Amino acid sequence: MKADPKGVLTGTHYLDGDHAACEGALAAGCRYIAGYPITPSTEVVERFAGRIPCVGGIFMQMEDEIASSIAIQGAVWAGAKAMTVTSGPGFSLMMEHIGLAIMAEVPCVFINVQRGGPSTGLPTLPAQSDMMQARWGSHGDYEVIALCPNSPQECFDLMITAFNMSERFRTPVMFMMDECVGHMTERVIIPSADKIDIVPRKYTKKSPSEYKAYQPNEVLIPEMAELGKGYNFHITGLTHDEKGYPAMNEDSQKKLVSRLINKIQQYKKEIILIEEDGIKDAEVVVMSYGITSRVAEKAILDARSKGLKVGKARLKTVWPFADEYVLDLSKKVKAIVVPELNAGQIVREVERAVKGNCEVISVPHLGGGVHKPELILEAILKGAKGGKH
Amino acid sequence: MENTKHPLSKYLREDRMPHMWCPGCGIGTAMNAFMHALDKSGMEKNNVAVVSGIGCTGRVAGYLNVDSFHTTHGRAIPFSEGLKAASPDTKVIVFSGDGDLISIGGNHFIHAGRKNMDLTVICVNNLNYAMTGGQVSATTPVRSITATAPHGSFTTPFNLPFLAEASGAVYVARWTVYHVRDLQKAMLEALNKKGFSFVEVISPCPTLYERRNKMGDGLTRMKFYKDNSILKNGADTKETNIEINKPFVVGKFIDIEGKPTYLESMNKYYDETFQCELGYKTYKGTRYSCNISDGGVSEGCMDD
Repeated sequence: MKADPKGVLTGTHYLDGDHAACEGALAAGCRYIAGYPITPSTEVVERFAGRIPCVGGIFMQMEDEIASSIAIQGAVWAGAKAMTVTSGPGFSLMMEHIGLAIMAEVPCVFINVQRGGPSTGLPTLPAQSDMMQARWGSHGDYEVIALCPNSPQECFDLMITAFNMSERFRTPVMFMMDECVGHMTERVIIPSADKIDIVPRKYTKKSPSEYKAYQPNEVLIPEMAELGKGYNFHITGLTHDEKGYPAMNEDSQKKLVSRLINKIQQYKKEIILIEEDGIKDAEVVVMSYGITSRVAEKAILDARSKGLKVGKARLKTVWPFADEYVLDLSKKVKAIVVPELNAGQIVREVERAVKGNCEVISVPHLGGGVHKPELILEAILKGAKGGKH
Repeated sequence: MENTKHPLSKYLREDRMPHMWCPGCGIGTAMNAFMHALDKSGMEKNNVAVVSGIGCTGRVAGYLNVDSFHTTHGRAIPFSEGLKAASPDTKVIVFSGDGDLISIGGNHFIHAGRKNMDLTVICVNNLNYAMTGGQVSATTPVRSITATAPHGSFTTPFNLPFLAEASGAVYVARWTVYHVRDLQKAMLEALNKKGFSFVEVISPCPTLYERRNKMGDGLTRMKFYKDNSILKNGADTKETNIEINKPFVVGKFIDIEGKPTYLESMNKYYDETFQCELGYKTYKGTRYSCNISDGGVSEGCMDD
């Protein structure tokens, strides 16, 4: 279906990433945010609080991020599309409820506008150091989707993708921004509502007597039932059977948890979005995401001007990780350069995926600013010299 | 053929019986009183949602045959706030224990009271964390023996009616599981109340709290409740604290009319703020025409 025009602010705007993400959510049909103020993400909810009375929906400022991250799930079961917005310290508090959203299969979106950590860290300065937390932060085994925009325009566009994926796969989606992308202001073009494809909430058409809350369909995803329609469904964070009843034993655990993982893994090809440039004949590929990809762009251009064949692979989807893509790449290139605003997180995934086929060069930066392009260029030059091919 | 169905069985997930509560535990009695109250309220069953947290009482949501949510530890209230906000016509009942609602969830409890969220909160208070083996909770009376206070508890417990009133609850009552009729009546009144209504249900935990404190079995404890509860409707909630082996006050303490709920306040405020209402009603409220500005960039809202 197409977007509801009430939430779509069609036109050409000059917005920062936080505001653009808010507009993306409104366009995607988000009508409920529960949130708690935290720099550098607060502008998302500030705009939502201002906009939502015009659109028809609710913003609730909660007492903390724990409350925010579960209030949105209440709203989802009541029929709304919902999200919450935070940064590192708040994201840490939300971990248990990311697990609940995974376990109870609650479509919703968590925005993390990343800042430097650990702890209170650098509230106003950028980092990309919550990438592993987005993947593994909640306890237990699970698969998760995490998207990484690198511009205000993409904060808008990819936010719609985030909501659509959350509905399609009945799973929480992590929207991993960073302070730079959140606070940079650029042109954002918002199309008309009829140009925006929306995945609506899919409710079961079965009768209450036939319906089982967690009976998977052919693609491993159970159908939701509408609140108040006599389904009398039961939702729990305990390991449960197809009825949604607690079933705490080895068999139920295996059946449920493997389905939760497989329902995402089987669609990796569709979920993983990568922006490429100059990959075909590249000797060295720079693999980056978020704001770092904008800095890497300069390094790539500089390297090319020196006559090197350098490709760009930008991960718009970081989780699930593009294992197969990276493996293919590793067979063709000398080196993969991985700059990121952390001590080296996604580079571990790259190293794992290349299976020793090529060199992997980490370009860490602990946040508080962004890389100097020269650092990335240096790594590119190093990669071009060495290598196994 | 004789009808052997219990008249309230429609409220029960019979396929989940028997329940997991211990002999002498009061949670089943509290749930039974709730089913009676729900029946008497005449509320459409499909329009009712029950939300629990974690713990022994947290299992109530799993046994009631309504749309029901067994959420995370301490967070039944904020879950319910989102549920209610997006579905204002649903009657949302939070049914959980003292450890869940007051100890770990205390912050959510006071804020929901402050905002007058339209929720009925039923708290079964068995004076300890039962599911995890009987540890000291925020409601454990001083000098009680618990698993994590083996020499006796020495911290002052919360007085729940006082806490509820101070937070802004519009209805506050306390009964024990001995007072089944009063309990049903209080639950019925709470269900019919708009705003944050609170019913505390004092219950034995014979397996853990009563055993460790040598207070006898469930029946002995019922006799204790009978002999030691002081009926005092309208009592000052400063006087409703619970001390070990001492008489305590039960009754209806607070019953306020006319205080606007969160959603009523929100809708009223927006009605007054935005004179140019478009009249568009969503399930969440009203849509208004307004303008916001951000950093000097004025963004007009779409008017359809």
